[in-house]
Amino acid sequence: MPERYDVEAIRADYPILSRMIGGYPLAYLDSANTAQRPKPVIDAVADFAFNHNANVARAMHTLGVEATAAYEGARAKVAGFIGAASPREVVFTKNASEALNLAANTLGASLKPGDEVVISVMEHHSNIVPWQMVCERAGAKLRWFDVTDDYHLDLAKAEAENLINEHTKVVSLAWVSNVLGTVNPVAEIAGQAQAVGAVMVVDGAQGVPQRPTDVATLGADMLAFTGHKLGAPTGVGVLWGRYALLESLPPFLGGGEMIEIVRMESSSYAAPPARFEAGTPPIMQAVGLGAAIDYMTGLGMDGIAAHEKELTSYALQRLGAIDGVRILGPQSYDDRGGAIAFTIDGVHPHDIMQMLDARGVAVRGGHHCARPLHERFGITASTRASIGVYTVEREIDQLADAVVWTRDFFAGKGR
Amino acid sequence: MDVTQMYQDIILDHYREKHHAGLREPFDAEVHHVNPSCGDELTLRVKADDGSVQDVSYEGDGCSISQASTSILADLVIGRSVEDTLALYDDFRTMMESGGVGTPDEDRLEDAIAFQGVAMFPGRVKCAMLAWSALRDALMRSGAVSNLGPDRSDDE
Ligand SMILES: Cc1ncc(COP(=O)(O)O)c(C=O)c1O
Repeated sequence: MPERYDVEAIRADYPILSRMIGGYPLAYLDSANTAQRPKPVIDAVADFAFNHNANVARAMHTLGVEATAAYEGARAKVAGFIGAASPREVVFTKNASEALNLAANTLGASLKPGDEVVISVMEHHSNIVPWQMVCERAGAKLRWFDVTDDYHLDLAKAEAENLINEHTKVVSLAWVSNVLGTVNPVAEIAGQAQAVGAVMVVDGAQGVPQRPTDVATLGADMLAFTGHKLGAPTGVGVLWGRYALLESLPPFLGGGEMIEIVRMESSSYAAPPARFEAGTPPIMQAVGLGAAIDYMTGLGMDGIAAHEKELTSYALQRLGAIDGVRILGPQSYDDRGGAIAFTIDGVHPHDIMQMLDARGVAVRGGHHCARPLHERFGITASTRASIGVYTVEREIDQLADAVVWTRDFFAGKGR
Repeated sequence: MDVTQMYQDIILDHYREKHHAGLREPFDAEVHHVNPSCGDELTLRVKADDGSVQDVSYEGDGCSISQASTSILADLVIGRSVEDTLALYDDFRTMMESGGVGTPDEDRLEDAIAFQGVAMFPGRVKCAMLAWSALRDALMRSGAVSNLGPDRSDDE
């Protein structure tokens, strides 16, 4: 058991957090976009580059063996972190988007006209567009869960529409929404999907960094996530899949290391995970992901989840108390993720972002790659603050003060 | 630079009260341009079949910079010759690419001079350019000018 969650001690591992921006201390509230990297991750990546760099698998010399051990070691760490039955169930990709494209293209290969794929209105574009593409190619039908006015998946409507039925081949949903923070009942829906023989894909890009993950409890057949939101370098993501499922799927990209025997007429393919890792993989990035997992595990995922809940609840309270601010997403912090999207009456999110930046507060303004979700609520964009493992209350205070200043400036007051 | 200086009164005034807004008939071309990174969207119509820009009408959703830029553009180009409108586009673009240094011609740019401060915020240049790029595209599509080739702001 780690000791008490000591956020100030944790912040010491993140030198970037002591930067000043425009004369203000940086309040980095954009961790749902990308998380900052702790020193142990940066050190692990540097150590690999300085001392062990080589290609994996195909290089047989000492460095090649060390690099392979580091890369495969990272795969084992990922497997342990998410409760996979074996490291062989872990496929490295370049990010969550590629993981979802891999899932869509390999599962999509057997889709036929009349088949259905189910997603939801609250998905990130990465969990919409790949499915649109494969459905169009196969002549399959794309369907989706709507979202209720109180920001949850509309399960009643889905039931009334018989959304998941005998034609459903794939259901792909976000575990935690990157905009609303809503936590979806993935296990319950997975049960419905599996009951009709469909494959349940879970987009864990936001969920995995925020809470303890166990693929069995989650009920998923496949889980996609991305390293850089966990404190790893950019350039590495993961698709986990049940081994029997991965084994039944065709390759996605062709190339080196994903084959068994290549002849000019045709080739036979390697077993997973190699089947899905064509070409030289993101070796150093995977090593960084392994180090990030060690770091997160050291803090304790339960502690991280508790910290996130505490800070999210504080932020909801502070922002919710400001006149003219509307929070998009569940207002209660029970079972909610750490992304808080909001609007300010009369001020466009882009302008809010700019004004907050001038006060050292880093947030994201825009549709957060979830345009359909914004359209559902009649807006084109929002501002999103998000909580990381290192977020402290004073940063939330800085945010709240800057929001009031922004509102007043645009209302023609504070000028 | 102080951010509040980017938000000049002229910009905020146009943002609160847009000039020439709404989509009108008749028109020779209609274009829809978006700024995918932040979600600014603009539908713009142009009527320009006698060598001059007779009307620009629009409907858009976006930040104060993109909205005010559209409003000011409409003020500046309605009634102007197509040729001079394209020259003004070049002048505006040059200012936006200047990084905020230099002394753009205030008599020439009129209210659009207010965007000089925006040029110091590279992330926002696209917002200010959205309407201008849309207008240039609409003029090409209307046949008022021959194909000018791709807009450099589409290169990024
Ligand atoms: C819910 C969700 N899915 C997918 C992604 C895509 O992640 P990446 O850009 O690393 O592929 C993100 C991150 O932006 C996300 O928040």
